Amino acid sequence: MPQNQLKKKFRLGEVIAEKVVTIVAFFSLAMITLIFVFVFRETLPIFYGADAEASSVPAQIEQQETYGGEGVQEVAMQSKTSSHDTEGIASIDNLTGTTWQPVSGKPKFGIVPLVLGSLKVSLIAVLFAVPIAILAALFTSSFAPKWAKELMKPAIEILAGIPSVVIGFFALIVLASLIQNIFGYQYRLNAFVGGVALSFAVIPIIYSITEDAISRVPGSLTEASLALGASKWETAIYVVLPAATPGIFAAVLLGIGRAFGETMIVLMATGNAAMLSASLFEPVRTMSATIGAEMAEVVFGETHYNVLFLIGSILFLFTFVLNAIAELFVRQRMMKKFQGI
Amino acid sequence: MNELKTKIRIDNFNFYYGKKHALKNISMNVPEHRVTALIGPSGCGKSTFLRSLNRMNDLIEHTRCDGTVVVDNVNIYDDAIDVVELRKKIGMIFQRSNPFPKSIYDNVAYGPRINNIKEKKQLDEIVERSLIRAALWDEVKDDLSKSGLALSGGQQQRLCIARAVAVDPEILLMDEPASALDPLATTKIEELIHELKGKYTIVIVTHNMQQAARVSDFTAFFYMGEQIEFDETKKIFTMPGKKQTEDYITGRFG
Repeated sequence: MPQNQLKKKFRLGEVIAEKVVTIVAFFSLAMITLIFVFVFRETLPIFYGADAEASSVPAQIEQQETYGGEGVQEVAMQSKTSSHDTEGIASIDNLTGTTWQPVSGKPKFGIVPLVLGSLKVSLIAVLFAVPIAILAALFTSSFAPKWAKELMKPAIEILAGIPSVVIGFFALIVLASLIQNIFGYQYRLNAFVGGVALSFAVIPIIYSITEDAISRVPGSLTEASLALGASKWETAIYVVLPAATPGIFAAVLLGIGRAFGETMIVLMATGNAAMLSASLFEPVRTMSATIGAEMAEVVFGETHYNVLFLIGSILFLFTFVLNAIAELFVRQRMMKKFQGI
Repeated sequence: MNELKTKIRIDNFNFYYGKKHALKNISMNVPEHRVTALIGPSGCGKSTFLRSLNRMNDLIEHTRCDGTVVVDNVNIYDDAIDVVELRKKIGMIFQRSNPFPKSIYDNVAYGPRINNIKEKKQLDEIVERSLIRAALWDEVKDDLSKSGLALSGGQQQRLCIARAVAVDPEILLMDEPASALDPLATTKIEELIHELKGKYTIVIVTHNMQQAARVSDFTAFFYMGEQIEFDETKKIFTMPGKKQTEDYITGRFG
């Protein structure tokens, strides 16, 4: 072969295509980073403002931890002083307080009820969604006849495409009355209704990822189990589900992330009262709903504005950590399981 | 051949994938405690036939069959037959080894556990006995907690055999058990088959005619869904009764 045929060629189209793909990929990365930076930057003034008080903060926290008569007095005193000191700015003890009254003469930015509210509603949603989604996935992939599978899978996945405001509307108008009639509690909109409505948004996510994970379990394993005289159910429980565990775990984590971040459904269905209560049937206010409801009316650059961004940062960090765990866990466990390391 | 007890009697067995007539009027008597080999070119129906013997084909949609398969005087295609119980009696080894993503111990103990054997001591005994029977015990006895997938291909296949014999079947069906293995591992599997036939009735599908000649006592030759010839292996390979059989085993087609 003549040597000039083998000479390196410059392929313009190839180079351009490669560069375009690279730029686009880094563009999305840059977007995420910028959102990250923006959200955190808007949070920072809270901590600058608190700097002046930093020395007194640890002492106050210690005081709060004492219980009994003496403690109560101290707390009462301290809350007086702190509300005097922190008018308009959010100190650590103001932020960790249990009252959320951002718009008042003495604004209180206690995010504890919001964090617990988010956790409560998400927990209810996940407790509902996980068993339903996993059993539905198990049914469609292991038990359903072909026609049922072809009907159910798209149907549940379309559920994921329903705008959350529609689910929220449905919860507000239909579900809330329905559940109230069943349980007969006082407040029509509450954590339970919100959690159930939220599970409609979470189920398709968990379902679809779990279904994929189960379908990826090699058919040869199912056959081996059946050939050993295991029933379909035994095969599903002892072979298919364990082999799909990492994927199911990831599905649940992503579902929790979705539940935590979902705004519109909880805004419409939970009653939005920032109160601390152990009861399932009391209204709650979640972090996401707080941002959704208040961000439009807040004074730009004010403490309230910064605190909302702090809440946003917490949400961001939470979902980020969940996703990271899901990713890491799944990758390692999958490797272990299917390569026998 | 007459003095041998028949373990599986197949009478006029037909099998259809949708409209495709995959097995046509198969009839044979599989003798107990012997190795019966099924040979024939790809797509001739030998694997379909093997999978009919423990009703694994039930799992495929749009299939049907007629005729009878009688194991120990029971027609396994009878409506009253519980497929799950049937498969405990008739174990199966697949072409590609398919250990569960569990430890070696749990792989072997899977079947007994399904059968409600919970006691640790009893399970230990079964696992040891099964692994010894599958000629794998000496290689793995020190790390039974290692993943079954960490073993080599040949060891994995023997693990699958151990897993199958752990539920005490009477019949072992093997679907080209050595076709994915190197010659050394293949030899081991063949030696193992030789030892196992004392305890089990074995039906083996193989592409490899030397293997059929080496391991089996009886051979059935399938072609295009039909059973061309079924006889003692010695006879099939030295003086086959049919021209087609002779052509196939001498390599003229297939």
